[in-house]
Amino acid sequence: MLEIKDLHVHYGAIHALKGISLTVDDGELVSLIGANGAGKTTTLHTISGLLTASSGEVLLDGENIQKIPANTIIQKGMAHVPEGRHVFARMTVEENLRMGAYIIRDQKRIADNLEKVYGHFPRLKERRRQLAGTLSGGEQQMLATGRALMTDPKILLMDEPSMGLSPILVKEIFSIIQTLHESGITILLVEQNAKMALGVSDRAYVLETGKISMEGSAAELAADDRVRKAYLGA
Amino acid sequence: MVTFIQFVITGLRLGSVYALIALGYTMVYGIIKLINFAHGDFIMVGGYSLFFLIPVFMGLGLPGWLAVVPACIICACVGMLVELLAYRPVRKKGNKLTSLITAIAMSFVLENLAQAIPAIGPDPKIPYTLFSATLSIGGVAVSSATIITIVVSAVIMVALYFFTQKSRIGRAMRCVSEDKEAAILMGVNVNHTIIITFGIGAGLAAVAALMYIAQYPKVFTTMGATLGIYAFVAAVLGGIGSLPGAMLGGLLIGMVQSLTNTYISSSMSDTFVYLVLIVVLLIRPAGVLGKNVGEKV
Repeated sequence: MLEIKDLHVHYGAIHALKGISLTVDDGELVSLIGANGAGKTTTLHTISGLLTASSGEVLLDGENIQKIPANTIIQKGMAHVPEGRHVFARMTVEENLRMGAYIIRDQKRIADNLEKVYGHFPRLKERRRQLAGTLSGGEQQMLATGRALMTDPKILLMDEPSMGLSPILVKEIFSIIQTLHESGITILLVEQNAKMALGVSDRAYVLETGKISMEGSAAELAADDRVRKAYLGA
Repeated sequence: MVTFIQFVITGLRLGSVYALIALGYTMVYGIIKLINFAHGDFIMVGGYSLFFLIPVFMGLGLPGWLAVVPACIICACVGMLVELLAYRPVRKKGNKLTSLITAIAMSFVLENLAQAIPAIGPDPKIPYTLFSATLSIGGVAVSSATIITIVVSAVIMVALYFFTQKSRIGRAMRCVSEDKEAAILMGVNVNHTIIITFGIGAGLAAVAALMYIAQYPKVFTTMGATLGIYAFVAAVLGGIGSLPGAMLGGLLIGMVQSLTNTYISSSMSDTFVYLVLIVVLLIRPAGVLGKNVGEKV
């Protein structure tokens, strides 16, 4: 489904990504783990077109999406839940979700998807008229995730969904991720919380200062000594 | 009593014109955080468009005020061109300061370009006076221009509010003004949204120009400067970035001016306008309806 080939990204003189290659197959949940500043968010931003790569390819179902405008990528079936939620704080919960379906003109489909999202997140339904800025962090994460689901994406990019949440909420968010995965959505997950990420993933990549240092099945990596020392605190 | 009614009506009329112009400032600021100093000059473009088009329309046997339709289109095009040719390239390369300087430069460019057109030139022109009939309300003589100004502005402001709240483009505008990156991820074309905002803001300036020349029938190349400043003060007073704020700010400035003119002295009106601005900003630094509250991360 998603294939990234030798991606290089520069911020001015800083070489942020030094040749990243990874693949996410249909229906897989793949996570990208690594320390702060390793380039995880940069990778996701480049995939969804918010950043332009200096070289390399991002193929979605074989099509190079590096060349198309960032705002048209969602039409290709890829949705991105950004780091820090980025909900529209001055809009209500429901307006946020409707914005998620901005590219859909069919009102019936929007209404159906809205009900589907409310099915995943009953708490959002309770708060549908509330301004998004007044929600708690966990609720905002649900909203950002729900908003990305409004177009029935084939693949979901999730950036640090557990950031800043209490341990109970982290568990809740990960159980939602697992449910989405089981419902057949392909997911590329970026996480600092390597333990939780490896717990739900099929495969994983370890990113270190702009390079992929290790890759393998989640179980393999979770058992690897280097990963255990560096990222699992063992 | 008569004086009081006169003061209120004049205040509403002045305020409505300021509010229409302030909306243009606030919409553009909301979406790209730029004080568009050339916005006042869009009024001038509207004023001259009307000056030339009203006689044409009347010659064709049409009502003169209909000229506001092509004037709006001309203004909107000028607004969009300014964004496309000046602001967008600068925004890509430069920072906030370079954008601001570009805006000041565009103001001069528009004024000087207008003056360079032989049919415009440096001397003020007197447009045809529209809506000159006078009505009497409670013993107070009110020109129909005044009533039309107040009613039309009110209708436009309400319509604009619902447009931004309910329409697809309006929602896209709100999203871009709140969070550009997230808007892109939703599939919003940010550049289109910005250019539409410029078009709407500049179009409103043409309507303001019609209202203004109906009351003060004179057009000149720097006419937008003073009007623009009052409207800018109105936008800041109401809370820049907020549509209801621009409306409220405009009306407030109009009322303060009218109050000073009626009861104190017209030479003091600017003093009071800025006094009110300073007092309000001391109490509410983000303006009356400003939403410059701490962002929750």
